[in-house]
Amino acid sequence: MKLYLKVWRQENREAKGDMVSYDVDGISVHMSFLEMLDLLNERLIQKGERVIEFDHDCREGICGACGMMINGRAHGPLTGTTTCQLHMRSFKDGETVYIEPFRAAAFPVLRDLKIDRSAFDHIIQSGGYISASTGQAPESNSIPIAHEVTEAAFDAAACIGCGACVATCKNSSAALFTSAKVSHLVLLPQGKLEAANRVIKMVNQMDAEGFGHCSNTEACEVECPQEISVLHIGRMNYQYNKALVLRK
Amino acid sequence: MKQTTLTYKLVMAATGLFLCFFLVIHLLGNLQLLLPESEAREQFNWYSHLLSGNILIKIISYVLYLSLIGHAFYALVITKKNIKANGSSYVYDKRSQVSSWNSRNMGILGTIILIFLIIHFKDYWYEYKFGSLPLDAKGNKDLYSIVISSFQQGWYIIIYELSFLALGFHLLHGFFSASRTLGLYHPKYARVVRFFGWVYSILITLGFMLIPIYIYFNLNAL
Repeated sequence: MKLYLKVWRQENREAKGDMVSYDVDGISVHMSFLEMLDLLNERLIQKGERVIEFDHDCREGICGACGMMINGRAHGPLTGTTTCQLHMRSFKDGETVYIEPFRAAAFPVLRDLKIDRSAFDHIIQSGGYISASTGQAPESNSIPIAHEVTEAAFDAAACIGCGACVATCKNSSAALFTSAKVSHLVLLPQGKLEAANRVIKMVNQMDAEGFGHCSNTEACEVECPQEISVLHIGRMNYQYNKALVLRK
Repeated sequence: MKQTTLTYKLVMAATGLFLCFFLVIHLLGNLQLLLPESEAREQFNWYSHLLSGNILIKIISYVLYLSLIGHAFYALVITKKNIKANGSSYVYDKRSQVSSWNSRNMGILGTIILIFLIIHFKDYWYEYKFGSLPLDAKGNKDLYSIVISSFQQGWYIIIYELSFLALGFHLLHGFFSASRTLGLYHPKYARVVRFFGWVYSILITLGFMLIPIYIYFNLNAL
């Protein structure tokens, strides 16, 4: 199949980017979206042009490194998938496809489709941990945790930090990302101990990074590759409000 | 207290929910306009007089003005910060496919409501407080006549009906959104509140929409 690509090219953080057109033929429907870009890049190398740079790592939908706006949607037209798990069978022969980086003030574009997502790391560093002494692994049954609770915590922990929630949010809010971590930890007995401090620190950091307000449009839940529920945002809000009320 | 994105939204939720509560009281009061003309005039004027004279109502009315101003002011601040958070915009944007129109355009809906409120306050609130109104048989200011005469004009009714529609869509997202901001995360009760929000929004909207139309078609002989 043949596609008409319009790809965002930007030299570096400071440069002004724009959309560049590429006609790519010989695409197999079995290719993943990233393999299609690989194909284009090989041809660009042969022509001596600079390749289109994009982030990727595992290419099996679990690392969260790849992520781009494809035809105006985060990770492309499918829901519950990362860009690497999007295949060319989702496109029609002869279609024009727009490819842009995720955009938010907190996610500066480094080059082409690559963005700097360190802001997420800073949020995790601010409180997304438990303070536990290291040493021997404790006996796993010494703290009883109900099966439903571990499952609920794991649903939140499934966030891969790809940034699609921010990219699709009309306010570039990181509420879904931050709440997934808050929820994951507060559901478990080890995480409950530092719950109040954690939520305040993480929300403060989320703001310091320059993310916007959550308007509860719930677009993030639709675009999230891990289908993280927006109810976690409710839980984060509850935890935050509780921390505000009970704070000494 | 340190202001964060969450405390800003808490102000929006608290003021918004107070305004939701006020809408119920306002609609119930206005339903008196649906009584037969002979009863409605004195009943409605007496009710208006009661509200303007009561100290408790006076205190609540100041909370109401503060809520309105606070809701609009914080909306502006939040919108400004959100635009900053967005940075550069997408060249090709189809994000609208994954959320509802009203949830994305609360600001536009709110602005329509604000413009409506300016007209509404000028025509009734200002007239009642500072204008010279004739008195009815019982010596109360005759607000009823002003209401009835203003709803004889088709264009005036259209402004009201369109504003109520904007209000309806604003409430449809706002009521439920406030519950999320306050921290409701239980899946069952989140569903219950969302459903209650729909019922509330539809009843309030239809209730307010009915009154001008009823007056136009039933009381145009006055």
